[in-house]
Amino acid sequence: MKKYLSFFRLRFVMGLQYRAAALAGMVTQFVWGFMEIMVFHAFYRTDPAAFPMSFSATASYIWLQQAFLALSAVWMMENEIFDSIVDGNIAYELCRPVSIYNVWYARSCANRVSRAVLRCFPILIVAVLAPRPYGMNAPASMGHFALFLITLALGLAVTVSFNMLIYVLTFFTVSPQGLRIFFVSTVEFFSGAVIPLPFFPENIRAVMELLPFASMQNVALRVYSGSMSGGEMRKAVILQVFWLGAVTAAGKLLCRLAERRVTVQGG
Amino acid sequence: MRESAHKLSRKSIRRSKPISIQKSIRLYMHYVSINVRSAMQYKMSFFLTAVGQFLVSFTVFLGIFFMFDRFHAVEGFTYSEVLLCFSVMLLEFSLAEMFARGFDAFSGMVRKAEFDRILVRPRNEILQVLGSKFELTRIGRMLQAVVMFGYGIAKSEVSWNFSKVMTVLFMLIGGTAVFTGLFLIYAALCFFTLDGLEFMNVFTDGAREYGKYPVGIYGEKLLLFSTFVIPYALVQYYPLLYLLGRRTEKILIFLPLFACAFLLPALLLWKFGVRHYKSSGS
Amino acid sequence: MITMEHVCKSYRIAKRNAGFGEACKALFRREYEVIQALNDVSFTIGDGEMVGYIGPNGAGKSSTIKILSGILTPDSGTVLVDGRIPHKNRIRHVSRIGVVFGQRSQLWWDVPVIDSFELLKDIYSISETDYKESLEELTELLNLGELLRSPARQLSLGQRMRCEIAASLLHRPRILFLDEPTIGLDAVSKLAVRDFILRQNQTHKTTVILTTHDMQDIEALASRILLIGRGKILMDGTLEDIKKGGDSIDETVAELYRSYDI
Repeated sequence: MKKYLSFFRLRFVMGLQYRAAALAGMVTQFVWGFMEIMVFHAFYRTDPAAFPMSFSATASYIWLQQAFLALSAVWMMENEIFDSIVDGNIAYELCRPVSIYNVWYARSCANRVSRAVLRCFPILIVAVLAPRPYGMNAPASMGHFALFLITLALGLAVTVSFNMLIYVLTFFTVSPQGLRIFFVSTVEFFSGAVIPLPFFPENIRAVMELLPFASMQNVALRVYSGSMSGGEMRKAVILQVFWLGAVTAAGKLLCRLAERRVTVQGG
Repeated sequence: MRESAHKLSRKSIRRSKPISIQKSIRLYMHYVSINVRSAMQYKMSFFLTAVGQFLVSFTVFLGIFFMFDRFHAVEGFTYSEVLLCFSVMLLEFSLAEMFARGFDAFSGMVRKAEFDRILVRPRNEILQVLGSKFELTRIGRMLQAVVMFGYGIAKSEVSWNFSKVMTVLFMLIGGTAVFTGLFLIYAALCFFTLDGLEFMNVFTDGAREYGKYPVGIYGEKLLLFSTFVIPYALVQYYPLLYLLGRRTEKILIFLPLFACAFLLPALLLWKFGVRHYKSSGS
Repeated sequence: MITMEHVCKSYRIAKRNAGFGEACKALFRREYEVIQALNDVSFTIGDGEMVGYIGPNGAGKSSTIKILSGILTPDSGTVLVDGRIPHKNRIRHVSRIGVVFGQRSQLWWDVPVIDSFELLKDIYSISETDYKESLEELTELLNLGELLRSPARQLSLGQRMRCEIAASLLHRPRILFLDEPTIGLDAVSKLAVRDFILRQNQTHKTTVILTTHDMQDIEALASRILLIGRGKILMDGTLEDIKKGGDSIDETVAELYRSYDI
């Protein structure tokens, strides 16, 4: 465990060094959030009755989504890992006495957390100061806030597990790029990055909420604003834990198969 | 042997006519063909990437579809009207992407000093950059855009006539020019810094993303910005109003062509960037 | 053919200090350090000469090559190559020169080498007959034959370098800049490359400027040597001038570097 923690710390410090990228990312996410809120406000002016939640809850949802984008955006994957698989440098990593799955996992988490830490505060500050109803609300209660943090962490874990699945599948495909684009666009859509899940039609949404993608960001964002009942929250957390276990197990299994493949075929 | 060599070198001196446009187009097509042949070395990979590109923009459409399933209209624009707006914008973007997204790879060219190689060849720099970075996989998004465009036009309740067809054509030309200008600006900035250029995505991918709705729904200030700073509205909002019959001024037909002027400052910045590169050798 | 007079070139490089506080400061105000890459460099190279350009890393070799090939604009001084000022009217200048960057490839990775050549034919607007003639000659001299039909990715380094050199000569430049053309090559390829460069110089009177770290290249090729260090030309002479004693040329040059403190 200590090994993986030190991998985490190394990556975390490295991540903090990319200042210009952080600044640019912050601006991008701020504009994205702002535009998104403008879109929803336009729809709200047209037909407020059709909104599945209050406008200010929607605004909070969007700001939090942007602030913590680095924790849950599937497309933020690590090119270094893809490169090492494609060009065969992976062989060196296999020589070390560590589990490659765990190392990559720790590394991805660290990168995401360091990015999020650098970027979230300025966005959150602006979001809190923005005038009502465009700004961000306080959490529904301290309990909700605590659960928000827990579900956010679980969401990160599910997202990284999913990334791992994509990395590992790269071993078995001729087209990492195609695989990646395909996965990313599907996951984005089902996780609520294109439009927030509450805005889907009722029956479709009911199915989407059972899928692993809903566990990535949707749960935490909805818990924060208090728009879920106690029973719904319990169900959502259980699903998060379930999918975390299932996706991680699938990833580890495939990883073992891939390692065998690499050692047999020599990359 | 020596004789013929001397003849040759003398011949090469005489050969310094200005390079014609046809020759430039032929060279560009040559670049395209060599890129296509390279991509065909990995057929499966090419195919899957293109399919992936196709799917990406499809989810954007689904987003619009489901929003209108719930709301039916936004600021007075119906589903079919927004669809027309979205599909034209998507095609504008895809055309520009097809031909000019090579600039996206430009930071890599500067970092790896590949631009030096371009400078020691007797051809226009932009032509060489775009040619050598042409990517056929973008045909995926292009196809998606064409399908959407067909669907958007078919679904629209516009009463088509000659001037409206011309309006759409001009929108495509002007929009392609605006996005090409943005890609060019991104590339030109690479001469000065390689850090933090992600913010340019706000203007390219962001405009494609939020340009799916008529710019007018975002309010007065953004409309002003996209009229006078980056002329998105000239290729989207105003001509759209003409297409939908809400405004009738004839000038709106030609407005998208004015947007082509956006290429000028972009080109100037690029020239300035090349000069900076040549004096700093970064 | 080539004259450089009192050429100076300096770069500004952003200073980066360690530490979080320094990093934050750098966000707002950057400090620059000025590096003098070329400091009053003058030399003349005649038509058909073959010159070896040596010096330790960072001495100013590649800045010189870049200035002569028009990639870099000098701060001051005059540069004249074959009657042209390289950084003015780039296109006219570069259509008459050939450049080989030993560490970087100009061949397309995934298509047969001949396809890359065909593209160069269009880039340099070489006429069909001239192209055929050049290609035939280069194929024979560099023994390219079979290689032309394989993609560059399947070639060994030595095979690829032969193709790179051919690619830079298809348009019959009168001046050839070679930046470390033998780096990483095996012994056989090195000999083949040297032999070819020598013949190119003798039969076509091509002016050749060659930078290298390999002193055997210099021994085999260059009748004249320019030694540069810290942006200044330190020595302009022949191989014999350098090899005063009986030591091997590597030792002599190392001694020379030490004596000039570079």
